[in-house]
Amino acid sequence: MTTTTPAIGSVTRTAPGGTDRRTPGSPRRRAGWAGLVFIVPGFALYLLVIGWPAVQALLISLRDYKITPGAESPWIGLANYTRALHDPVLARSFVNAGVYMLTTVPTQILIGLGLAVLLDTVLPGRTLFRVLFYLPVVTSWVVVSLLFQYLFATDHGVVNWFLVDVLGVVGHPVNWLGQRWTAMVAIGALGVWKGVGWSMLIFLAALTGVPRELHEAAALDGAGAWRRFKHVSMPFIRPTMVTVVILLVIGGFNVFTSVLLMTNGGPLDQTQVPLTYMYRQAFGYLDFGYGSAISFLLTGLVLVIAGLQYWWARRTADGGVK
Amino acid sequence: MIAGPRSRRVTVAGVRYALLIGAAVVLALPFGYMVSTSLKAHTLLLEYPPRLIPKSPTLDNYAQAWGANNFGRYFLNSASVAIATTVGTVLLASMMAYGFARFRFPGKGVLFGTVVVGLTIPTMLLIIPQFLLAKNLGLLDSLPGLVPFYVGTQIAFSTFLLRAFFEQIPMELDEAMIIDGAGAWRRYWNLAIPLSKPALATVAIFTFLGSWDEFVWALTVINDVSKRTLPIGIALFQGQHGTSWGLVFAASVIAVVPVIAVYVTFQRQLVAGLTNGALKS
Repeated sequence: MTTTTPAIGSVTRTAPGGTDRRTPGSPRRRAGWAGLVFIVPGFALYLLVIGWPAVQALLISLRDYKITPGAESPWIGLANYTRALHDPVLARSFVNAGVYMLTTVPTQILIGLGLAVLLDTVLPGRTLFRVLFYLPVVTSWVVVSLLFQYLFATDHGVVNWFLVDVLGVVGHPVNWLGQRWTAMVAIGALGVWKGVGWSMLIFLAALTGVPRELHEAAALDGAGAWRRFKHVSMPFIRPTMVTVVILLVIGGFNVFTSVLLMTNGGPLDQTQVPLTYMYRQAFGYLDFGYGSAISFLLTGLVLVIAGLQYWWARRTADGGVK
Repeated sequence: MIAGPRSRRVTVAGVRYALLIGAAVVLALPFGYMVSTSLKAHTLLLEYPPRLIPKSPTLDNYAQAWGANNFGRYFLNSASVAIATTVGTVLLASMMAYGFARFRFPGKGVLFGTVVVGLTIPTMLLIIPQFLLAKNLGLLDSLPGLVPFYVGTQIAFSTFLLRAFFEQIPMELDEAMIIDGAGAWRRYWNLAIPLSKPALATVAIFTFLGSWDEFVWALTVINDVSKRTLPIGIALFQGQHGTSWGLVFAASVIAVVPVIAVYVTFQRQLVAGLTNGALKS
């Protein structure tokens, strides 16, 4: 990738067909342009269905967009954004997504890391457990959302049966999906159940990279399991931890299908999250401009939070090493 | 001996297994309950207290979902869209990745940078302008119309993964073929592709599973009942028949079984692809 002066022997290192400036017009140079032939079909499609819409998304958010043919869509500047800042339902949707993120991310990490530690050893049945724990991750969001709706049903729901008849901790069946915070509990439970396998898998891969000899040496020095985990494994999986946290935080704010199918933002917009509210505005009320503005606000917030986490992780890592 | 006396090691292993089995039960129970509900006759769906093992299991729900409720049709719809998406993605992404890995030309960095930026764009941010684009192109309410959007969504990640793989193929092999007079296309098709089967398999599996399970886009653009894919078929079916959980879960099992089969068969490739992506980012 670097463009230093070619040293002796570097000829064999250049890509076949790489641009050789000393012999313009040689087969090599023409072959360099052949690369474009490989790239153009895929890249054109990518520009059409990803690149162009990405630009359009911003422009639409600055308009009072009308989908009716022939109707004008006037430019209204930042009006969609100022409207968003004064929309109590949108504010609530961000709070809901924030609470979802703050509760499900630490839970997934703790359980996922715990399972990874349990599996990080020579153990008959290890692959079976790993495959089993990962099954909810590969199962479609639609199926598991309906499944949890069924488990959390008010009448005849398994969760209520367990709480009322088996444990006896509540006197009457809970209307889980009919109230804001109980619905968030059900949606969060689904998020954790579906997600732990993913963090388990990533942590397990990271733990496999910790040299055995370090553990053995620490054990010889009398370090117990917890101290070995804290001082031997943790420093190794720290970069993985940063990645997992950032990806889970992004995913948490982008929670969508489970909410759409379990409550559809109801009752009375109590359980809206930014993406269900955006979807309602766009494809329920056909307010594409406002929907796009909500998408951008969410993306911006998530980028800022992820950026801050990354920056903080880098800073503390540097401080720790040097 | 690192781990103390033998009896202690046995205890540790016992605790380890107990915790793992407990977690496995908690994670598997909802699936078990789904399968069990799908096997219950209609009259028993609202039984109370719920029982995990159905008293007289029946396949009626499956027969009814597959036949009378169109799920056979939806299955074929999903399968053809997923296969077309997989073929298109593997072909276009591997060509693009080969172009980026093996050639130099002005502007390459900018083009590759554009692809990498695509990895960070949330798909939901694009759903409104993509809907308008599909409308302008006349691709609304069309099953083949789903494919270019699915391929576009998958292509950035796939290209990224394949480019890294192609770059590991020794350049000397290419040079040997050049000496034999092979052109760029033959080096791609007869050298890079055969040597990259594991990476291509990973991309194919991810793409297939991604488009098989895709829900929001299909929900947004497909209108015609006969053109539904499995995820929207299941989700909207539930809306019409609020209490027919036996049918809903029979259809869900039909949708989930191919995914689990693919996952269990190829889990090594999937795990490698996933952890590479996450650990190197």
